[in-house]
Amino acid sequence: MVVHEDGTITKLVVISSDSVLPIDAALEVYESEIDITIKETCFGTMVTGPEDAVNKVVEKVVALDKNHIFVKERGFPPGDDRRCRAGRGGGPRPGFHFLRNEIGMLPIIGKALDDYDNNVPLEKVVRPEKLKVLILKDIIESELTR
Amino acid sequence: MTKVFIYPTNSLILSDLIERFGHTPLAMMGQVHEKITTIGIDSPPLNITPEDPKHGLKYAAVEVPAGVRGRMALVGPLIDEAEAAIIVDDAAISFGCMGCARTNELTKFLARDKGIPVLELTYPYSDAEGKEFVYKIGEFLKSLTKEELS
Repeated sequence: MVVHEDGTITKLVVISSDSVLPIDAALEVYESEIDITIKETCFGTMVTGPEDAVNKVVEKVVALDKNHIFVKERGFPPGDDRRCRAGRGGGPRPGFHFLRNEIGMLPIIGKALDDYDNNVPLEKVVRPEKLKVLILKDIIESELTR
Repeated sequence: MTKVFIYPTNSLILSDLIERFGHTPLAMMGQVHEKITTIGIDSPPLNITPEDPKHGLKYAAVEVPAGVRGRMALVGPLIDEAEAAIIVDDAAISFGCMGCARTNELTKFLARDKGIPVLELTYPYSDAEGKEFVYKIGEFLKSLTKEELS
């Protein structure tokens, strides 16, 4: 992890697990009694504080279900005026659409990580071919002559 | 630990996988954190300032729109620092703060042009594609570790 000059870090913990809920992660953080700030969200938690403390707590939370809990750094701390919806009149915060879209893929990634850990061999992936222009032309012509 | 540049530059999946396999992700979030916590003229410090398009001149010519140069002021140093890169193309989700197509093209070009190991993939939408995605990233990152050791 990149070390920041100010010594603090904010991490997003995204939970995509069948057995762990965001509240479980939050409780794990509360129980750790480390001096950090956390915010519970719909997708997991945001943890902010000194780097060592945050990394230690995040490691503990990830250990609850390691292949189905995902972590990334966040630039702004939770509740920052420059990003928080409360001060900007509502609406999703910048970057949320991207996060939400990736959260939709996490079950696939989690399952793949389970397979990777269990050394399940990789099968050949068959991707649907793109529609050829000639076929599309035929479809259009047949529709027009109907 | 190899410093791996990721594209999309704020991807949760890529950032997590790289850390999971024991390397350092070079992501936009770290850059933004540095910007907004470094005390400057602006109070509170902003993530993009009028100075940034000037810094971006290192990566794009002066006639290139200021938006591209401003973004490159953040992305460019990450590519400079990178020892490997993972590029995920065909991201229908490259909108919002990532939504500058020209910056995205320039970012991918600079990463490919640097001569570092680059893995190019597309986002998975099925279980089989997801498996291939994770396996390829896993093998790529493991190969970086082997290169480091040899």
